Amino acid sequence: MRLHTISVLVEDKPGVLTRVAGLFAARGFNIDSLAVGPTDDPGLSRMTIVIQVDTKPLEQITKQLNKLVNVIKILEHDAGDAVERELMLVKVKGEGEARARILEICDVFRVRVLDVTHRTITIEGTGTPGKLEALLELLRDFGIVELSRTGRIALSRGDRGIKERAARLRAVAGADQEWTGGGV
Amino acid sequence: MKVTGAQALFRSLEGEGVDLAFGIPGGAILPAYDPLIDSKVRHVLCRHEQGAGHAAEGYAWATGKVGVAIATSGPGGCNLVTALADAKMDSVPMVAITGQVPTPVVGNDAFQEADITGITMPITKHNFLVKDANELAVTIREAFHIARTGRPGPVLVDIPKDVQLQEFTWSWPGSVDLPGYRPTTKGNLKQVRSAAKMIMESERPVLYVGGGVIKAEAHEELLKLANDGRLPVTTTLMARGAFPDTHELALGMPGMHGGYTAVTAMQKADLLVALGARFDDRVTGQLSSFAKGARIIHVDVDPAEIGKNRAADVPIVGDCKDVIAKLHAELRRLQDEAGGVPDRTAWLAQLDTWKQTYPYRYDQPGDGPLKPQFCIERLYEHTKGDAIVVAGVGQHQMWASQFWRFSEPRTWVNSGGLGTMGFAVPAALGAKAGRPDRRVIAIDGDGCFQMTSQELATSTAEGIPFVTAIINNAHLGMVRQWQELFYEERYSQVYLSYDVPDYVKLAEAYGCVGLRAEHPDDVDAVIDKALSIEDRSVVIDFRVDSKEMCFPMVPAGASNDDIIVGPEGLRPTNDPAEAPVA
Repeated sequence: MRLHTISVLVEDKPGVLTRVAGLFAARGFNIDSLAVGPTDDPGLSRMTIVIQVDTKPLEQITKQLNKLVNVIKILEHDAGDAVERELMLVKVKGEGEARARILEICDVFRVRVLDVTHRTITIEGTGTPGKLEALLELLRDFGIVELSRTGRIALSRGDRGIKERAARLRAVAGADQEWTGGGV
Repeated sequence: MKVTGAQALFRSLEGEGVDLAFGIPGGAILPAYDPLIDSKVRHVLCRHEQGAGHAAEGYAWATGKVGVAIATSGPGGCNLVTALADAKMDSVPMVAITGQVPTPVVGNDAFQEADITGITMPITKHNFLVKDANELAVTIREAFHIARTGRPGPVLVDIPKDVQLQEFTWSWPGSVDLPGYRPTTKGNLKQVRSAAKMIMESERPVLYVGGGVIKAEAHEELLKLANDGRLPVTTTLMARGAFPDTHELALGMPGMHGGYTAVTAMQKADLLVALGARFDDRVTGQLSSFAKGARIIHVDVDPAEIGKNRAADVPIVGDCKDVIAKLHAELRRLQDEAGGVPDRTAWLAQLDTWKQTYPYRYDQPGDGPLKPQFCIERLYEHTKGDAIVVAGVGQHQMWASQFWRFSEPRTWVNSGGLGTMGFAVPAALGAKAGRPDRRVIAIDGDGCFQMTSQELATSTAEGIPFVTAIINNAHLGMVRQWQELFYEERYSQVYLSYDVPDYVKLAEAYGCVGLRAEHPDDVDAVIDKALSIEDRSVVIDFRVDSKEMCFPMVPAGASNDDIIVGPEGLRPTNDPAEAPVA
């Protein structure tokens, strides 16, 4: 099993998040992270879903997702073929000497400090999930007060957007494969 | 022109060609029941919403059109749940209309409020909550479009009471635009060519025909393909009638209680051509040992079914009618080039031998007890097979599928995937309402019958007569069979009794004719009498041997190679660790 990142373009309709999340639950898959937000098209939202699953069940889940009427396009990002980012906000204990060390770490990781109190520092971290994990590993030594992460979002590398890429995949696969524009 | 949402609902239903709807009114759907009076849509007032749901399914099975069920909010919608789940599993085109509490109190735990779109999300193909009457007509159009196209299925439209009352300017949308819903119906020709080539190379091919062939109205194409390619055909429980059982190439039903020939032919085949079938566990048995030597051509309109349970060597996404026609043409072309059909004499002879050696069997002693299979065979003989047969779920369903020889599609109606006991009586009502020109016979179990028998009142009140043949073995027969075979004959909660209720009196109470047969000698006279009555529903209480078991049988989880042909070949295990699970 490995982590897979899929981007799902959906109609911005009531209940669409429930439909997507419910489908994963009903078929017995755990979602590692799910990020959803608007796109440049006012009627469409984009979800980035990270799941840990084997290739075959992943194929089944993308096919089932494609059948949801509100799902427009699905794209599975191959490792190395996408840029992936995640945002996190973390509040760390940082009194006295610790504060200086934390600020030094922030500098090395090129992350921003958003708030400082007598006892804590709140940091905004942006980057690949790997970078954020590395940063958190260091910050844990000081004591994490609270943590909020967005889950990752991703765009494929290259010139094409999700709509064109999905269309091209369909052409490559023939009319038979999973990228059929959804719906059965 | 100004109309209310309720008026728009019926204009929209009329616009979709709906002539019949099954339902029950209630508080939150009250506004819709007023314009119903002036509508062209005939409403059949059922006695339970589950009955309305199954009636809509029966109508859809028998006619191929979209069945419509109407219910109120809360309990009304909740009572539709079983029927919706059933329709989802069996790909039955159906639209359910439910009332909802007014939008200002949605989410407020109002009287008779239930989040029915939330509840039915996983058991519908899609559902809608209409929040503005201006969206009503387009939503109804979308609902019918989704229900009847691609892989058909149930769609629910939830309409709050204030939306039903809302006045707005009527317009009928010319078309629907669903960017996320574009089913692939045309099969890829390159794939079809590979499939035809694979058929030419095959020495032991079997067509594995599923319900998709009936849904796609592809039975004529199938007949041509089988005839011209000399390809033997199995028809699953969902596909009974897609290919005539009397045809020399017909192998009958495969699966857990399928015939030896159908099961074994698929096990020994070197090529399975799955047409609108989904490699369901009741057909494959233990998946790892299913048809091990066979290559797979898988045709289905639902891409998610292809490769779900069994990898396909040639996957073809498309509507069976389109793909089978193309496959037939390609195969003809290759056969012409090759100078004829490949020689498969040995395989066809082997299949014939199995058919002769292992037909469905039972023994009806002249002095009784009455056997269920005998009752069904006699029904078949008396009607000459000219009827729409509707079954519930259990032993009687399997016997009906085994012993009725179907000759045309849409003459077999049952609950396959979900296995919904209580399906038969309301589904028979719906089938007869949709096909008043045909005789409808529900072959039901006594357990099933008691779950939904109230729809006999609907049958009498609405003048929709059908025959219900209760195969009364006084038990939940299939469960009893499993307890006998796999639980050391420890019978737990399966006894129902022959005479509580008295089915003849119950039938009469509902305005039907009640008849009873307890002895083999009674059967012909009782059936003659039942078939002579056409103005009322008839209930026949066939009191049959409660010990009769349904064979052949492949125990759940076992390999299809280990099919048990009859009671003498039984090997009940006493080791609980080996006891199969359902």
